[in-house]
Amino acid sequence: MHSLMFFELAQRNVRLHWLRSLLAILGIIIGVVTIVSMGILGNSLVLAISDSLSTVGDSIIVTPHVGGMGFGGSQSSNLLSERDVEQIRRAATPHVTIPVYSGSSRMKIGSEDTVGTVYGLKSDDIPLLLEIEDGSFLRGSSGAMVGSTFAEENDIKVGSRINLGEKGSVRVVGILKERGMGFDINPDFGIVVEDQWFRQAFEQEEYNQVIVKVKDLNQIEEVKDAIDRTMNRKETTVDVIDTKAILETILTTFGQISMFTTVIGGISLIVAGVSILNIMLMSVTERIKEIGVIRSIGTQRKEVRRMFLYEALILGLIGSAIGGALSIIGGYAVSMVMLQTTEYLFVPSSLVYIVYGVGFGLGTSLISGLYPAWKASNLNPIDALRHE
Amino acid sequence: MEEAINLECDGDTIIRFREVTKVYPLPGGDVVALDKVSLDIGKGDFIAIMGPSGSGKSTLLNLMGCLDTPTAGNLCIKGRNIRGMSDEDLTILRRDYLGFIFQQFNLLPLLTALENVQYPLILKTGSRECLDRCKEVLEAMDLDETLFSHKPSELSGGQQQRVAIARALVNDPEILLADEPTGNLDSKTGAAIMHLLDDLNRNRGKTIIMVTHDPSIAEYAHRVIRIVDGKIS
Repeated sequence: MHSLMFFELAQRNVRLHWLRSLLAILGIIIGVVTIVSMGILGNSLVLAISDSLSTVGDSIIVTPHVGGMGFGGSQSSNLLSERDVEQIRRAATPHVTIPVYSGSSRMKIGSEDTVGTVYGLKSDDIPLLLEIEDGSFLRGSSGAMVGSTFAEENDIKVGSRINLGEKGSVRVVGILKERGMGFDINPDFGIVVEDQWFRQAFEQEEYNQVIVKVKDLNQIEEVKDAIDRTMNRKETTVDVIDTKAILETILTTFGQISMFTTVIGGISLIVAGVSILNIMLMSVTERIKEIGVIRSIGTQRKEVRRMFLYEALILGLIGSAIGGALSIIGGYAVSMVMLQTTEYLFVPSSLVYIVYGVGFGLGTSLISGLYPAWKASNLNPIDALRHE
Repeated sequence: MEEAINLECDGDTIIRFREVTKVYPLPGGDVVALDKVSLDIGKGDFIAIMGPSGSGKSTLLNLMGCLDTPTAGNLCIKGRNIRGMSDEDLTILRRDYLGFIFQQFNLLPLLTALENVQYPLILKTGSRECLDRCKEVLEAMDLDETLFSHKPSELSGGQQQRVAIARALVNDPEILLADEPTGNLDSKTGAAIMHLLDDLNRNRGKTIIMVTHDPSIAEYAHRVIRIVDGKIS
């Protein structure tokens, strides 16, 4: 019951000095909105990147060792021979090994000239790596599948013909689903042809890279080590990259950037905390005599402390609640401006920043109220009563 | 020793000073505000403390009000030696056994007249079911019910002092400490307040200790204690 009385007193004091209370609340609102908006933006950024990279998280990419000075054919030409592929396949068994050709070529689509990437894959391997949006997968050796962005930019549809100059021409049999940025291949900006067609057209027998699709993500390290042991026994002939690790590094980096922006937002909350500290100290100074009176008629030190902490809590509660609500708008705005999408706004990992923001707002207010409350409760009642 | 003092304070004596000294350490040197004061105040006494400024009147009242503790000597209030008592215990003693009446009324500006009276009772009982008791005390101070919901700034000086007396009485303390209770009032209102205090002493047995400069106000008291340079003369 005491608590309720002291809470009411605090509430009345906040109302009595409404203008300065409003300014303190405004500070907390700005702090909470900044911290939450920055948090939501950072999280949306991480989610957006994670989404565009997630399909490649289960792969091991084997490429010829760059800068190798050995005598092996594969090293001198920076390509992987059929023998290399076979060794990798044996090391990676039972996981799927996909050898990949890649190159670029000028292309003529209708009357338009452009340049694009060309990937050569075995027809059986294509469904393991890519998904189809329209048309069908490759069956014959003169067809091609086109990446979604490439198709959109060049107005390519199923049935269109792409002329690769001297290399020949292909008919589009399928449009691929958007795959996003990858560490293995980026077919969104190119075309995929059958490996045999690629070998003839580009006059290239050896592969540019081998992708190993690992079924169980926990086995990635193990498979990676097996390939490394087999291929790089005497000297480093191939580079073995684990995409999961790259993905994790990228996500960690963006997570840190997100944390940094949130901390920057937190600075505004500290400023708001200083404003509350200032207001509370003013409140204590103005009410010294009142404190003397309530102490003399039987109010305990801890009760005086509580009364002032309630005042800080009220400011923090109002500021944080309004800030929390407004930060949804703030998060929406920064997501729209920075990412041009709000699809990552209403996901739990973004919304949790509202809880953090409100929590930090309340915490900052309470911490700011601690010293003034302590100061008020430690006033000597006689000195306080004499205060004019 | 403590036990002996407690026993000594029993009976009719409600406040007992024994060789009480109060020294304030100041940068320019120690100031002796009270010098070995011994004094007994019995239950139902009405005492006026008089003396020039700086003589030690307020120090004496502050010690009786448990707002301060002696530097040396013993001070018993209701049989309890307050020397060495914790701040928490002193606060409880003030809340339960003492009522304060100030020259400047010192009502809480955020609270209405009724809430000002409720405040110490809620502190003591922890319950808000005390409106009847508060209204009863306010009515006994000749205050109209229409004034109960007024804030102190909406009341006259005399009305504020009546509310302050009601606040001092609401916990039914045995001792009332009044510091120049009529100092901020005109003579007519001051006389009315003094009649009220006189009535509380005569008819309700309250022990009243009052600091005043005004000899006509001191006439209401049964006994006048004159204090000069920290000593009772």
